[in-house]
Amino acid sequence: MAEYEVVIGLEVHVQIKTRSKMFCSCANVFGAEPNTMVCPVCMGYPGVMPTPNHEAIRKTIMAGLMCDCDIPSYSKFDRKSYFYPDMPKNYQISQYDLPLCLRGRIHISGKGFSGEELPDKYIGLTRIHLEEDVAKLNHLGRTSGVDFNRAGVPLMECVSEPDMRSADEAYAYLTALKQIMQYGGISDCDMEKGQMRCDVNISLRPFGQKEFGTKIELKNLNSFRAVHRAVNYEIARQSELLDAGEKLRQETRGWNDDRGETYLMRTKEQAHDYRYFPEPDLMPITLDLKRVDEYRRQLPELPEAMRRRFVADYGLTPYDAQVLTMEKALAEYYDCGAKLTKSPKTLANWIISDLLCELSASGQTISACPVTPEHLAAMIDMIDAGAINNRIAKTVFAEMASSGKPPRQIVAEKGLAQVSDEGAVIPLVEQAIAANAPQVQQYREGNEKVVQYFVGQVMKLSRGKANPQLVIKLLKERLDG
Amino acid sequence: MSNNTNIDVGYVAQLARLDLDEPTRNRLQHDLEAIIGYIDQLNELDVGGIEPTAHAVPLSNVWREDVAGASFERSTMLQNAPAVIDDELIKVPKVLPGEEM
Repeated sequence: MAEYEVVIGLEVHVQIKTRSKMFCSCANVFGAEPNTMVCPVCMGYPGVMPTPNHEAIRKTIMAGLMCDCDIPSYSKFDRKSYFYPDMPKNYQISQYDLPLCLRGRIHISGKGFSGEELPDKYIGLTRIHLEEDVAKLNHLGRTSGVDFNRAGVPLMECVSEPDMRSADEAYAYLTALKQIMQYGGISDCDMEKGQMRCDVNISLRPFGQKEFGTKIELKNLNSFRAVHRAVNYEIARQSELLDAGEKLRQETRGWNDDRGETYLMRTKEQAHDYRYFPEPDLMPITLDLKRVDEYRRQLPELPEAMRRRFVADYGLTPYDAQVLTMEKALAEYYDCGAKLTKSPKTLANWIISDLLCELSASGQTISACPVTPEHLAAMIDMIDAGAINNRIAKTVFAEMASSGKPPRQIVAEKGLAQVSDEGAVIPLVEQAIAANAPQVQQYREGNEKVVQYFVGQVMKLSRGKANPQLVIKLLKERLDG
Repeated sequence: MSNNTNIDVGYVAQLARLDLDEPTRNRLQHDLEAIIGYIDQLNELDVGGIEPTAHAVPLSNVWREDVAGASFERSTMLQNAPAVIDDELIKVPKVLPGEEM
């Protein structure tokens, strides 16, 4: 099989989180009863007038600023003509030649989805434009049912440059884009709710060739993993055809996730001709530098900046920082706890090893987690202060996760406080020594490792509560004496 | 009557998912050519040196704040639907998944 260079560009639709829809005041909510969040505007009745939602425009510009885009001073809406039951007015209000954001870039680096190292590079963003989402079609056997709750939800389309060269790079770009949108409060990007949707343009060319190969568009990709799989499937499929000397034709293909393969949806002959023209019902948007700077000042801290800060201020490894900033809610959880404890690195370890396991086991999200950052930080300070040992901390943590109680209360209620009182530990040490004469003999013959055995015995007698340092000290005094 | 042939009614009808019989197509071809021919008079104007505008009205940034209001009753909104499913979805002929945006 010959080797080809893969060229990938992505078109990502992201629903903007607002209270109301793009051009009317119906609520922007997911999961309501069908056709209950509707009005004549979003159902496309003749003669209605759209009024743009300022917040959707502001958030689109914020998204553009976070992706290093230029914000042109003049922007407008256009009508994109197309005929399909999900848009009964027969056009979608979108933006054609003067979008809100132009020429951005998104950084990718680190370990890729397949485990291989990614190149450290920027993926260009051609544009981000703002449009209205369309109705949802439910395909039911011989008919289709239309639900307009989604129609008119503000929707951004983020178009990348054809800068990606592997499935891993596409996956990393999507992850970075999603992170930015979530950090900026632009969108929750929940793909299961259709808040983020992705189309892939992919072509192959022999290495060294300048011109792009024949572009194939992939649709119906419902997860980042599906994008990764579909890209790799297409690389294999197209390579095979090119190797056999066949000429590819420009076409749109769907992805069947169950079968793990793409299928033909339409060829170029059936391609759309959208006949864009300026939307006469909407006034253009003008943005002076002052307003753009005002938006710029509202930008939140981005994941990359947060990672750098976690490493510099809290002594984390780049890996720790990477894991903790995967999701904004987790990063904020850690940041909140780290400010409260003197051992932020220990806190990171507990979150990465214990808390994340607990969350994946219980299927909970970090925001619904009963263990608050305040409680976890308090528990770590209790370990540091010697109030509990690491072993007991595991028990306290499990109890915090199930009851949501603060650690001090759990320790008090369950009598888990570490015993550092010599008077209480000495009888246990003596009992352990008296009951294990052969091990005492071994120790005195020079096998110092036997101390650990005695520590274990004393811990058992104390039901895990004895202070391990104190136990070792008392054991040595007696065994050596 | 102009000789304008910049419109292919058959193609536009196909884009609009309209099935036109031949007499109708011929009539529309004739009418639309006349309309376009009329508008073509604008090409006689010299617009050199005039800034292109996206809109005739000198207004911009006409928008509303993000406040959700009440929606219409579903039963009211579905009154004009040709057919419904379970009184909650608008029933349309089966369309192929994947043709949507």
